[in-house]
Amino acid sequence: MIPLSHFLIVAALLFSISVAGMFLNRKNMLILLMCIELMLLSVNLNFIAFSHYLGDMAGQVFVFFILTVAAAEAAIGLAILVTLFRNRRTINVQELDSMKG
Amino acid sequence: MTFEQIIFYLFAGVLVIAAAGMVTVRNPIYAALCLILSFFTSAALWLLLEAEFLGIVLVLVYVGAVMVLFLFVIMMLDLNLDLLKEGFARYLPVGLLVAAVVAVEMILVLQSGPFGATQPAAPAPANNTEALGEILYTDYVYPFEIAAVILVVAIIAAIVLTLRRRPDARKQDISQQVQVRREDRVRLVKMKAERSGKEA
Repeated sequence: MIPLSHFLIVAALLFSISVAGMFLNRKNMLILLMCIELMLLSVNLNFIAFSHYLGDMAGQVFVFFILTVAAAEAAIGLAILVTLFRNRRTINVQELDSMKG
Repeated sequence: MTFEQIIFYLFAGVLVIAAAGMVTVRNPIYAALCLILSFFTSAALWLLLEAEFLGIVLVLVYVGAVMVLFLFVIMMLDLNLDLLKEGFARYLPVGLLVAAVVAVEMILVLQSGPFGATQPAAPAPANNTEALGEILYTDYVYPFEIAAVILVVAIIAAIVLTLRRRPDARKQDISQQVQVRREDRVRLVKMKAERSGKEA
């Protein structure tokens, strides 16, 4: 049988890869959104692994809600991205400094 | 090595490689395709963990809807790829360092005692969808309703954000056409009558 820690290690690797992706692609907002999706996927893998090995269905219910919220977030994020591109002709995060934050 | 272990390590390897490809490729289309591959492989891992319903939902909702949305947006935008990828080599060392630190820390924690379970504490229910539905519609019914509200908010927000009214577009306004009155359209001009018979 596969121990629980192996699933958790895969999820940890996935999470750290997406953290690295945030650093590497810090200009491209599209890839940043995709990295967020990957992070949520790794969290979901953790939830399902724990749900299986602890014999508790509540973990899978949480994954269900995370999937819902992540889909809503992706839809709104992409809508903001399209609006941004229409107004500024760029999705470069470095150039989006009109609020001087 | 059992068949289950072979499946697990194969899919875990593909998953990590696809994720690494997603963050390193130059073209956003290829990044989206790599993300689709990683969604597929993690759906396989979820099936291995006997979460059949969520595995299917991941493929249907994520690969079928969210990633198609991503691909549509990538195709609609006219991106300058060279500009977006510059600074990649500059941020590579710090990115790899942070990722390595995060990964090593998490793996060290996971190697310790309580995460070494090799057998499920309780046998999984025979019908995963039925078990999930039973718990979802009883104990978690209010969060379920809130999830529905969140989806409605997302639909409306996405439509409102991307709705564009073009001032130069020509279109009919039916109610305005129906409500029009005579004074709006007909202009009576008073002018002197021409005396055409004078010269003759």
